[in-house]
Amino acid sequence: MTPILEARDLVRIYETREGLFGKVTPVRAVDGVSLAVSPGETLGIVGESGSGKSTLGRMLLGVDPAQGGEVRFGGAPMPERRTPAWRALRARMQMVFQDPLSALDRRLTIADQIREPLDIHRVGTPEERASRVASLMRNVGLRPDQAGRYPHELSGGQRQRVVIARALATDPALLVCDEPVSALDVSIQAQVVNLLRDLQETTGLAMVFISHDLKVVRNLCDRVAVMYLGRIVEEGPAEALFARPQHPYTQALVSSVPVPGRPLDSRIILQGEPPNPAARPSGCAFHSRCPVAEPMCRGAVPGLRVTAPGRASACHLVAGAAPASAA
Amino acid sequence: MTKLVEIRDLRVAFDGVPVLHGIDLDVAPGEALGLVGESGCGKSVTWLAALGLLPEKARVSGSVVLEHRTLSNAPRSELEQVRGGRIAMIFQDPSSALNPVIRIGRQICEALRLHRGLSGKPAQAEALRLMDMVGIPDPRRRFNLYPHEFSGGQCQRLMIAMALAGEPDLLIADEPTTALDATIQAQILDLLATLRRETGMATVFISHDLGAVAQVCERVCVMYAGRIVEAGPVAQLFEAPRHPYTRGLFDAIPRMDGPRTRLIPIDGTVPDPRALPAGCAFAPRCARAQVFCRTERPELLPQTDGRLLACAYPVPTAPAVPQRERVSQ
Repeated sequence: MTPILEARDLVRIYETREGLFGKVTPVRAVDGVSLAVSPGETLGIVGESGSGKSTLGRMLLGVDPAQGGEVRFGGAPMPERRTPAWRALRARMQMVFQDPLSALDRRLTIADQIREPLDIHRVGTPEERASRVASLMRNVGLRPDQAGRYPHELSGGQRQRVVIARALATDPALLVCDEPVSALDVSIQAQVVNLLRDLQETTGLAMVFISHDLKVVRNLCDRVAVMYLGRIVEEGPAEALFARPQHPYTQALVSSVPVPGRPLDSRIILQGEPPNPAARPSGCAFHSRCPVAEPMCRGAVPGLRVTAPGRASACHLVAGAAPASAA
Repeated sequence: MTKLVEIRDLRVAFDGVPVLHGIDLDVAPGEALGLVGESGCGKSVTWLAALGLLPEKARVSGSVVLEHRTLSNAPRSELEQVRGGRIAMIFQDPSSALNPVIRIGRQICEALRLHRGLSGKPAQAEALRLMDMVGIPDPRRRFNLYPHEFSGGQCQRLMIAMALAGEPDLLIADEPTTALDATIQAQILDLLATLRRETGMATVFISHDLGAVAQVCERVCVMYAGRIVEAGPVAQLFEAPRHPYTRGLFDAIPRMDGPRTRLIPIDGTVPDPRALPAGCAFAPRCARAQVFCRTERPELLPQTDGRLLACAYPVPTAPAVPQRERVSQ
């Protein structure tokens, strides 16, 4: 099946300056990432802050320009950013962020906000737009009497439903969600996760789900890519990847999830913190924190290699079959 | 049981709206107590009120006793001795709790001067020892750095070092790992558990993360809408939660093993404190609620198994296997 979204060797470099007159250091926030999402598939992207996962999400939609590599949407190259062709395509790919309050306009009623993408992309007649808004609200579990409310009158979970309804207004083929449930309480989080699950089933929507919450990612995603310092270090089907992580970083990440009943001392506790992306360690970027690193990890950068059907790892110490075709 | 802190009928109202409805809570010396609940349930307000840290507009009543010393309505000077000295508190966002324009070593030395009367070389030596104790690598070299030169996880370690400066009997950690990455969160939880073992201080761990609480606490109180609804030893509560809300919290968390099925959310939302339901505050969201629950509010009562429970129709005692698994078996 042709992927709806395909990214090859994406690179994003930020420049940071140390102090006012300090020298400019390039930071490779995303460093050669390749991935593909099939129609109806949900790809999870996990990693810690600074791993480049949010930057990657924006690059996939063409919101952030890439300094290298390319994104293909529906088999064709992504049009140049801010061109009419790109804007038209944006109706087919939408984004949902962590903080719904800042994503919504405080002065517009929620019905107006959900209708806005339809106005912008000139979809249907005014009557059709109104009925589309009503059905979208119903689909995400908002009551008709809430149509005239303003964002501050809703709870956090309801606001996120509004954002999701608005993202779905133009019937997109792809939704990129960046930490969509992280700001919500557990009981409300479960409601929104279930809503996304229902959308997967009923609309055949493809999703890129960016999150640091492994439990939610495992529940919602078909495939998962783990990022560390701008690169994908492991990729595979969600269930298998979390049950049998191969890369030492994924192993530590999975083990750090607090599970009731599991004692604290059975966890892998990594030493130190993720290194500064501006001073990436040589060789494997994880070697400075890796409990099993060997001398060669300091020298050579491990490529993402296929290790089993559907699985790939970027680690010298994981037995590999052949270099991944995508890498 | 000897008590380090005894809170009785603690009530808080903001602008005439009650948000805490009479909390009774004891902390034993050296104990690790968890306070769990969703935003707005009053878990943080309980301790801010107990330590007199709420703004003027808050109306606080009830009694807080720290080893025969009454803190409620105590004069400011006396409270300031207790805060940071006997009871220390750390918060979710360490970078906003540190002074950005003062070098980190000086901030720790200031805490040592205030609470232990140390100054000069002895203060500096003690500050270095504390930085080493909380796992700041190479403290001597980093003594003169500013807070922004440390990462979020290290700022939280520095906050813990400052909290330890007064050699407190009780450390209150309010969502100390919420803003941190998963692998760093594991480090901080490990640090808190180690420090408690080494210093013998009691810990109150306030969190919405049941998993984290289970790993560092011995006893847990679950709060909902300004009241404690269930309390008991960690193992008991986690193996067989009896309040439908506690049970609901467990069921709502996605699992790291087993089949990937729909989650079981708690329907509806937390009630507005200005318009609390007449009976049990959880009744409108509760699948087990009967007519009684909508008119009468159940008291928090001791049960035969030792836990405290405020529910008229609790979940039957059965192993806490989530519903979806029972169906699949």
